[in-house]
Amino acid sequence: MTYIQGFRNPTAARHLIERIRATATAPVRVMEFCGGHTHAIMRYGLREALAPGVELLSGPGCPVCVSASADIDQAIELSLRPDMTVATFGDMIRVPGTRTSLQGARAEGGDVRVVYSALDALELARTLPERQVVMLGIGFETTAPTVAAAAAQARAEGLPNISFYSMHKLTDPAMRAILDAGEVRLNGVLGPGHVAAITGWQAWEFLPREYGVPCAVSGFEPTDILQALLALVESHAERSPRVINSYGRGVTPGGNAVAQGLMGQVFQVAAAAWRGIGVIPASGLELSEAFADLDARRRFDLPDVTEGPLDAEAALGCHCGEVLRGVTLPPDCALFGTTCTPAHPVGPCMVSAEGACAAHYRYGGETL
Amino acid sequence: MSDGIVLLGHGSGGILSQELIQDLFMPHLTNETLGGLEDAALISLDGLAVGSLAMSTDSFVVKPLFFPGGDIGKLAVCGTVNDLAMRGARPLYLSVGFILEEGLPLADLERIVVSMAAAASEAGVQIVAGDTKVVERGSGDGVFINTAGIGVVEPGIRVSAANAQPGDVVLLSGAVGDHGLAIMTRREGLRFETPLESDCAPLNGLVDNMLGVCPEIRVLRDPTRGGLATALNELAEASGVGISVGEADIPVHPAVAAASELLGLDPLYVANEGKLIVMAPEACADDLLEVMRAHPYGREAACIGRVTADRPGRVILETTLGTRRLLDMLSGEQLPRIC
Repeated sequence: MTYIQGFRNPTAARHLIERIRATATAPVRVMEFCGGHTHAIMRYGLREALAPGVELLSGPGCPVCVSASADIDQAIELSLRPDMTVATFGDMIRVPGTRTSLQGARAEGGDVRVVYSALDALELARTLPERQVVMLGIGFETTAPTVAAAAAQARAEGLPNISFYSMHKLTDPAMRAILDAGEVRLNGVLGPGHVAAITGWQAWEFLPREYGVPCAVSGFEPTDILQALLALVESHAERSPRVINSYGRGVTPGGNAVAQGLMGQVFQVAAAAWRGIGVIPASGLELSEAFADLDARRRFDLPDVTEGPLDAEAALGCHCGEVLRGVTLPPDCALFGTTCTPAHPVGPCMVSAEGACAAHYRYGGETL
Repeated sequence: MSDGIVLLGHGSGGILSQELIQDLFMPHLTNETLGGLEDAALISLDGLAVGSLAMSTDSFVVKPLFFPGGDIGKLAVCGTVNDLAMRGARPLYLSVGFILEEGLPLADLERIVVSMAAAASEAGVQIVAGDTKVVERGSGDGVFINTAGIGVVEPGIRVSAANAQPGDVVLLSGAVGDHGLAIMTRREGLRFETPLESDCAPLNGLVDNMLGVCPEIRVLRDPTRGGLATALNELAEASGVGISVGEADIPVHPAVAAASELLGLDPLYVANEGKLIVMAPEACADDLLEVMRAHPYGREAACIGRVTADRPGRVILETTLGTRRLLDMLSGEQLPRIC
């Protein structure tokens, strides 16, 4: 904690805010890819402190928010089967599917367990030999290696009653999809620090190279974020787009080779359904042929969600998709704070603490 | 109501709990006394001055039954004692109802009862009525306990969630988050080098001393489920005032801060069982802090903010960086984040 406090130093933060204000003479529009950044930015009141020089837009990097409702429906259906247990990371349980959420399924008698690590799901499988345990694989390159490690461990132990339902997604195809759609013009991207710890910062070089947009890979403490934003406004002012690694204590050029190797063994790249964006080719991870026997989709013969109808909430007036693409700010949605609140979320952006709508609702944002 | 069935979040003390009370219980049960939604009700009996008798009840379901710093028995006594104390009442008598699950070791039950006796003795209350029911294995979680209590309020004491006034100081009796994180880390089998201990304690002695130096105390509240943030929001709403607090002024133990960081939780939303918030005229602030810090359960007492006339019903947090943001209520269960 002593270590973290330094990155929350008020004097350093105020100094960085002043420098960003002085540099950003014309509005600079930055998308923070990662939901963790959205949360930290709102929690520390940075949006307001930097307006109007820096305009911050939330991106698609909230793993819970981009999980397709069809995937959640399948997880709910599995949890309600007799002799089946669904293990998931915590903030997934409130996300609405078509009819209910995993939390609702639990209240109906479904067996849904919250785990802190994919390895906890293995422990569940060991202690519940009469049940089939399905671990929901959620998250980007950050969590995928931990799920891959659990799958490899399950294989090594020969655990017969565990399988994995992968909803893992890759960050760069989503970033490309947003830029290719041309709905928003960005002057910079705040790169996801924990993803980059795995992939390496070089994985973000496509942004300056192909799109002319600078990217600053950032940590999650306030001075980390401010330092990265300063680098972005400077890069924008100098018209020299490049990738800046502002998270040197966690991110290297090439990333974590062991984690990458493990992911490569256990998973293969496949099309994935993104809530609010749609199906993006080669943007997700499914279990590889070598691990097919641990794939819950194959073990329980589940349909491919990328071929079915997608999300229902848009019909209810939910603008989560536009929010995830940076096109709409949460308070501009008619449902925001009225019919859609964290207690009764219509769409997933209001559910996770990392969701842009939940962060705006919780911390006040411009309504303060 | 959401999904039409009870969710765990309905018991979290946050917005869902409030909705359950407002939309389901109140329409059928409300009256002038219950409608105040206070920690304890002030009631009248023939021959006693109006508002001099306080009554409260609380049920306890906790997993694990035994945790560092306490157990369900201590919790059941302290919880009701504290609810009475939060109206400025001196707690006197408790009743206790046990719902036991078939198969519970009697040794565990005795350990719980011994702990209740010790807590009652410390709080100076007597347990004067009791009941026991046993349910089939699988229908309970070992032990559920309900306690109810009555106490008396001295003349001139007027403590209520609705009494905060702009200009009042907001004091907190110590560090937040200890209880909830002690339970959570024990339940999940997480181990830390510095052990996390529940702060579970009877607060009536502390309140006595506080009322001794400042009988004008306007608001007392123990921030249990939903934590400090939820309690402050409830008080802002009940009093129709704004509350402004400084993040840097709120004490949080380093081990709690570290565990929260690891689990992606915010200690301001984590339960406490031995802390209180007090709102009082500014003139009392120094005297209150002095007697609080002189008491074992108020050693780390601090002034954390002020009651304002701005934005009635809202709580504003000045962050450690000096920026301002809303401090909202807890919506459901607090869930660990994915990454």
